[in-house]
Amino acid sequence: MNEEQRAPIADDVLIRVRGLSTVLNGKTIFDKVDLDIPRGKITAVMGPSGTGKTTLMRHITGQLAPDAGEIFVDGQNVVRLDRAQLFALREKVGYLFQNSALLTDFSVFENVAFPLRQHLSLPEVVLRNLVLTKLQAVGLRGAADLMPHELSGGMMRRVALARAIVRDPMLIIYDEPFVGLDPIALNQILKLIRTLNETLGITSILVAHELAAISRVADSIFLIAGGKIAAHGKPAELERGETPWTKQFFSGEADGPVPFQYPAPDYAAQLGLTGARA
Amino acid sequence: MSAVRKPSYLTDGIAQIGACSLFLLRILAAVPRSLRHFRETVRQIWFVGAMSLTIIMTCGLFVGMVLGLQLYYVLSIFGGTAALGTVVSLSLYRELGPVVTALLFAGRAGTSITAEIGLMRATDQISAMEMMAVDPLAYVVAPRFIAGLIAMPLLACVFNALGIFGAHLVGVSWLGLDNGTFWSNMTSSVDVWKDVVNGVWKSVAFGAICTLIATFQGYTTAPTSEGVAYATTRTVVFSSIATLALDFVMTAFLM
Amino acid sequence: MAQRQSFQIGTGLFILLGFTALAYLATQTTSVANFSQGESYSLKARFTNVGQLKLRAPVKIAGVRVGSVDKVVLEPDKLDALVTLSIDKRYSQIPDDSAAAIFTSGLLGDQYVALQPGGSPDMFKNGDEVILTQSSVQLEELIGKYLVGGGDSAKSAGDKATGTDKPAKP
Repeated sequence: MNEEQRAPIADDVLIRVRGLSTVLNGKTIFDKVDLDIPRGKITAVMGPSGTGKTTLMRHITGQLAPDAGEIFVDGQNVVRLDRAQLFALREKVGYLFQNSALLTDFSVFENVAFPLRQHLSLPEVVLRNLVLTKLQAVGLRGAADLMPHELSGGMMRRVALARAIVRDPMLIIYDEPFVGLDPIALNQILKLIRTLNETLGITSILVAHELAAISRVADSIFLIAGGKIAAHGKPAELERGETPWTKQFFSGEADGPVPFQYPAPDYAAQLGLTGARA
Repeated sequence: MSAVRKPSYLTDGIAQIGACSLFLLRILAAVPRSLRHFRETVRQIWFVGAMSLTIIMTCGLFVGMVLGLQLYYVLSIFGGTAALGTVVSLSLYRELGPVVTALLFAGRAGTSITAEIGLMRATDQISAMEMMAVDPLAYVVAPRFIAGLIAMPLLACVFNALGIFGAHLVGVSWLGLDNGTFWSNMTSSVDVWKDVVNGVWKSVAFGAICTLIATFQGYTTAPTSEGVAYATTRTVVFSSIATLALDFVMTAFLM
Repeated sequence: MAQRQSFQIGTGLFILLGFTALAYLATQTTSVANFSQGESYSLKARFTNVGQLKLRAPVKIAGVRVGSVDKVVLEPDKLDALVTLSIDKRYSQIPDDSAAAIFTSGLLGDQYVALQPGGSPDMFKNGDEVILTQSSVQLEELIGKYLVGGGDSAKSAGDKATGTDKPAKP
């Protein structure tokens, strides 16, 4: 590992983002964002839709290069890593996609076994036991032989979670893990997130907007809005927050700093009213 | 950015060709790494090759029979029906075998490659592989590319064999041409290197271009159902054009 | 596991089928098929014009294939074509006064060498030369002579068709 890329970061910070700026399709997504994600904790990243929460995750995992800024993950600057180093880093990161992204050609078992088969050449017995252990952890050992299309959305997400943790990562990123789940499945996922964090000490980043669910597990919350960190703190603190952003977001008001109306030309002018008058 | 640039068919077309060529280089660079996924390559040969056999064999048989009928008619005007075997085999080996196989391949296997990769892109499976530190080029694209390279010439050979059989069926069994004349004329004028092997080279090249276009369209598709639909159509259109254009160039060089 | 096995077998079968087809095309439908003759001996024959005669073109007696054209070279001193014929050892009983002619199979077919057996009691041996030869009839030459020369050229064309072509030159 290149020593120059190591920054003097306290051990309790796993991810350090400094001066992150991104412009996508002419729209400013991030404007000099700084944030630290502590090791071994569950950190939630919240924000109105389209504020770039997923983009932030793609920056952290090196799928997308930012226009400016530095992102240190476990001491390595993701921005400057080449492909091989990036892949080496990603082997230590589990990523749970919003739509599970299971490989449709493979059974549940083979999906979970996929990262192991690709990177390690384990004896079949060891691999089998490892996969079954992880499937047991998400409660789907009995579904090992099913194909992904035979599963419900919640089950697919749990399989994807088993796949994300099969190599015992140091970091798991949950991208919208609660979307489209019924309350039972939601609670199952929630319980798994907490268990994984408590028993294995895996650092977790939770991208979501379900405030009630998040406040039950997250240690701290970042609220991203308008390309900035609008608020940061423990769930309880933010719910009492007094800034306009937190007020609107946590009480769910339809209009506020996040406008109800998408930016548009003057209403009257577009309807031709001013034109008629002139 | 793409949203800002004014779209123009000419520059877009050139940009597509450029991107496609770069994509080819990336595939070639990923081929050594894809040798680890040998089993996946075998699976793809099964999907693009063995699964295309039915259509290739049926079409080969009928093309051969039609050639037998048509050429018998034309040759009988000149009293040269003895040359039927020669003319059928030469037209199959040199042109129709590789070209028709490539066109059928683009329709049967090319579209399924595009749709499969496109849907993998749309459902984040490609991103998931990248996140699992698996290079999708080496795992998804390169095995299909290699499979196309291997399968296409084999399919073309099967097509040719069935075509000869079909022409024999029509010429000898139906129209009463002498069996010995049919074969001896063929064997004395068909050259194994100039005709058979050159045809195989052609189909290797067509295999490369068809799978390149199919994987490129799938890999770069817009991740929506409309995007996948467009990409699939483009695969057939571009593959057909590229095959016929390349056929002209290769014929000029190999003759 | 069972599923994986089955498609591997299927792929293997497909590749075998493809190569079988290729081998069939390459060996049974091309001139390679004509190499399958066993022991052979060679004869020489001179022609003033071999026309479109190709290497490995068949040599026939009474329409039956007995060998193939092995070599076609130009004799520098006499400026005629020396054709080496490779005849199958099975057909060793060919009289040594037999004549060789270059014919076309059909109007558009390929050219071949036809041996017309003579009546000599002695047979051809390896390396012998066929003395009586008849060159390939050039279609355009025939047509040209009829068009331009009238009766005279008709006579010479008739010569070509009947005798050896050496004395046909005026």
